[in-house]
Amino acid sequence: MIYRETGHFVTNYLKDREIFPMTFDKVVALIGLLWLFLWVPTTSEYFLSAHVIPILAVGLATVGLNILTGLTGQLSLGTAGFMCVGAFGTYNLMLRVPDYLMSLPVALLMSGIFAGLVGVVFGLPAIRIKGFYLLVSTLAAQYFVWWFFNSYAWFLNYESSGVVAIAPKFYDYWGLGNLLGVDMQGYPARYLLALVVCIGLSYFAKNLLRSNTGRNFMSVRDRDIAASVMGISVPRAKLLAFFISCFYCGVAGGIYSFLYIGNVDLMIYEVDRSFTILFMLIIGGLGSISGSWLGAIFVYEFPIVFTWVGDFIFQGAFNTAVVENVSNMVYGVFIIALLIREPGGFAALWATTKQKLRMWPYPH
Amino acid sequence: MSKSLLKINNIEVVYNHVILALRGVTLDVEEGKVVSLLGANGSGKTTTLKACSNLLHAERGAITKGTIEYQEKDIANHGAFNLVKDGVAQVLEGRHCFSHLTVEENIMTGSFIRENSKEAKQDLERVYDHFERIRIRRKSLAGFTSGGEQQMIAMGRALMSRPKLILLDEPSMGLAPQLVEEIFAIVKALNKEGVSFLIAEQNAMVALKYADDGYIIENGRVILKGKAQDLLDRPDVKEMYLGVGKEGKTSFRDIKYYHRRKPSFT
Amino acid sequence: MDWVYLIEVLVGGLLSGVMYSLVAIGFVLIYKSSGIFNFAQGTMLLFASLTFVKMTENGIGFWTALFIAAGIMVIFGVATERFVIRPLANQNLLALFMATVGLATFQEGFSQFIWDSDVHGLQMNKFLDIGLLDPNPIFMSDHIPWLDILIPQFDIFASLVAGLMIVVLAFFFQKTKTGLSLRAVSDDHMAAMAVGIPLQTVWAVVWAVTGIIALVSGLLWAERVSVSFTLIEAVMKALPVILIGGLTSIPGAIVGGLVIGVGEKLGEIYLADVFGGQGIELWFAYFMALMFLVVRPQGMFGEKLIERV
Repeated sequence: MIYRETGHFVTNYLKDREIFPMTFDKVVALIGLLWLFLWVPTTSEYFLSAHVIPILAVGLATVGLNILTGLTGQLSLGTAGFMCVGAFGTYNLMLRVPDYLMSLPVALLMSGIFAGLVGVVFGLPAIRIKGFYLLVSTLAAQYFVWWFFNSYAWFLNYESSGVVAIAPKFYDYWGLGNLLGVDMQGYPARYLLALVVCIGLSYFAKNLLRSNTGRNFMSVRDRDIAASVMGISVPRAKLLAFFISCFYCGVAGGIYSFLYIGNVDLMIYEVDRSFTILFMLIIGGLGSISGSWLGAIFVYEFPIVFTWVGDFIFQGAFNTAVVENVSNMVYGVFIIALLIREPGGFAALWATTKQKLRMWPYPH
Repeated sequence: MSKSLLKINNIEVVYNHVILALRGVTLDVEEGKVVSLLGANGSGKTTTLKACSNLLHAERGAITKGTIEYQEKDIANHGAFNLVKDGVAQVLEGRHCFSHLTVEENIMTGSFIRENSKEAKQDLERVYDHFERIRIRRKSLAGFTSGGEQQMIAMGRALMSRPKLILLDEPSMGLAPQLVEEIFAIVKALNKEGVSFLIAEQNAMVALKYADDGYIIENGRVILKGKAQDLLDRPDVKEMYLGVGKEGKTSFRDIKYYHRRKPSFT
Repeated sequence: MDWVYLIEVLVGGLLSGVMYSLVAIGFVLIYKSSGIFNFAQGTMLLFASLTFVKMTENGIGFWTALFIAAGIMVIFGVATERFVIRPLANQNLLALFMATVGLATFQEGFSQFIWDSDVHGLQMNKFLDIGLLDPNPIFMSDHIPWLDILIPQFDIFASLVAGLMIVVLAFFFQKTKTGLSLRAVSDDHMAAMAVGIPLQTVWAVVWAVTGIIALVSGLLWAERVSVSFTLIEAVMKALPVILIGGLTSIPGAIVGGLVIGVGEKLGEIYLADVFGGQGIELWFAYFMALMFLVVRPQGMFGEKLIERV
């Protein structure tokens, strides 16, 4: 047996807290991580631009929603709105702040903070409103943000078409590209930036989950009155969750607009996208960071794979409407089936499988 | 020996396809008897009761082996609704009152299966006669009543279906000893009217005092059964469940480990 | 200030509010009987009216089509109970909400997959000749001399339907035994099962009824807008309505609808300039609901939250 958990003993608390407690896991994780970076030259620009980077963007937004919904139990339908703040924030920071002060990574993080603050404003009602009633606040955020950027043309630099292309100079990184002789606007460079941000923020989220703050969030989710009796400040926990979650969504929006499509377009941040991200979260599993990524991959890739199957096997029998409708049906069935069989989503499916394998060949 | 009302034959219950909660429980409730099911937390009392009342699947549990017979009919997949109709009512652990309904509305929900609304009115009076305490509170929301009152509401609700057998899950939870006695006195009174009881309890002293038969369950297995009085007299039961040992302090080493012994019955 | 204009705006708001209420009723029915926040209400509207329209387009008569569509909605409701709600009984409410989101997605794809994604027009007066559906509006000045406004007769018809549904449902929930047991179910699934309420039957009935309500309100909506994807957005519009009214209150659905309808119109007219942009209708309803809920978290007529540790 290559992989077994017997014989692994934890002798101190530090070891007990490790994300990958076993040497085998550690090695696999490290190789995986390295591979994510070193794999770039072997792949095509197309694959990066059409599959990997968008998944990184929406996956990050899913992680953000997970912090709010999965961890703190505050239902949100405003994800796309917060992503929108991130995208427009990044654009305006790049446009209006002098070049020597601003660079894309900085702009991404700063616009994440903007989005977080907007999130806190719309999270304020959460102090008083609970449960489904809170949907109205996040929906207000979604529609208000959308309307706001639509109405005030200043944010789009008075572009009449409603879409602004991103100037190549925004990918300058203080001249780093010239220095290294790398095309920083090219997809490999974009991918690496997105990857670093996503890994960093996922790591942060994973640790948040296991920290005191994360436990406060979870106690608010499970029973907010009990949490307040325990001395946890429920309003503070909720607002902090809104801030962190919307920060993630904002950064994700920046990545989506700047590193994936290359323009800032209001139309892609409509309420449908909020739902898509909610699907990713549910299918992946609430409360699990790796689950969020799995969910994002599944939901994003399914229509693509389905079209591909249609093209190759049925000679292009499926037009876009069919693909969209069938995808919707499949998501729906998947969500319902998962909720019935395994409410924890892909993440829990994985955990149960592991548990079963441990017991194998005995059923329990 | 009187007729058996509920017969559980060697059932095994698995939660979520992985967790084995009951590993062979056999139990018998005779007609007109009060039977106590004793055990520590997590030993499987509630699971046994829920298996009887067909509420397991709501918690992702399933009976994987064995049979449950009520009046010589297999009821393992009978549906909670049909079971209530046939005269088995369950009072859930932790009361589970409908907090947004008034006390009276709560009790009336128990009469759903009854066609005759006049009889339901009579039954309501009967419930109030047994539980005088809740008569005065009948217009207030159940969510704002005290724990003891909620227990009474839950029991009254179960009575409304005119059951032959009530599965009572931890009636003493969170109640003052005096109230516990009161509840059990009502159980005894109802028993005299011909209702049989299967009671899951932690408070072994009270439960055995009012019961005819007793079962002790541990780790999902029945480890002891007998007449309630016999169980009360056993030194090991006294030691482990009643907290009254021989004189003075006893070391755990001296306690007779009855659970080491394999159960002598199946 | 032009009073007649104001009254016209108010009446227009009230009438569009009725349309929101129509959707909200279905919502509240499900919520009140099972505690489930049914996100699929909008897609049920779409599915029902699309089914109906496709049948009439293929030459089936009005009443036959209505009957068949109602039958399909009943089957759909029962199937929903059997395959979605029943296995999820006693799960937490968030999971149930998500299941209805899944159901909505499925239905959105399904209805456009078996029918089509085109925009269909619907002229009910083509089929129905019952006077009230007369496209010519009533001149109020014929009845009230100083009131010189127009009210489409269709809107009056829609209001009557909404009013009727609300009266029947309110009576059903407050006065009948089944209504009582449904309220019990929404409080605690497990306890309801334990006292012998046949959850499955009851839910199947509720979902079937909701399906029929969806058909009725779907047709009325379709008459106003069209049968297309936009019907799904009706559910988004109905959301602030039910939240203002209180999720558990049937009369709340209509009052909330009227408040939102009027508020939205007034906001568009008097506040749009303040915000320096058109189209504040997009979010104004949500803001109103938000303001309202901050003052009264359970909505206007909603059940008070009972929380004990």
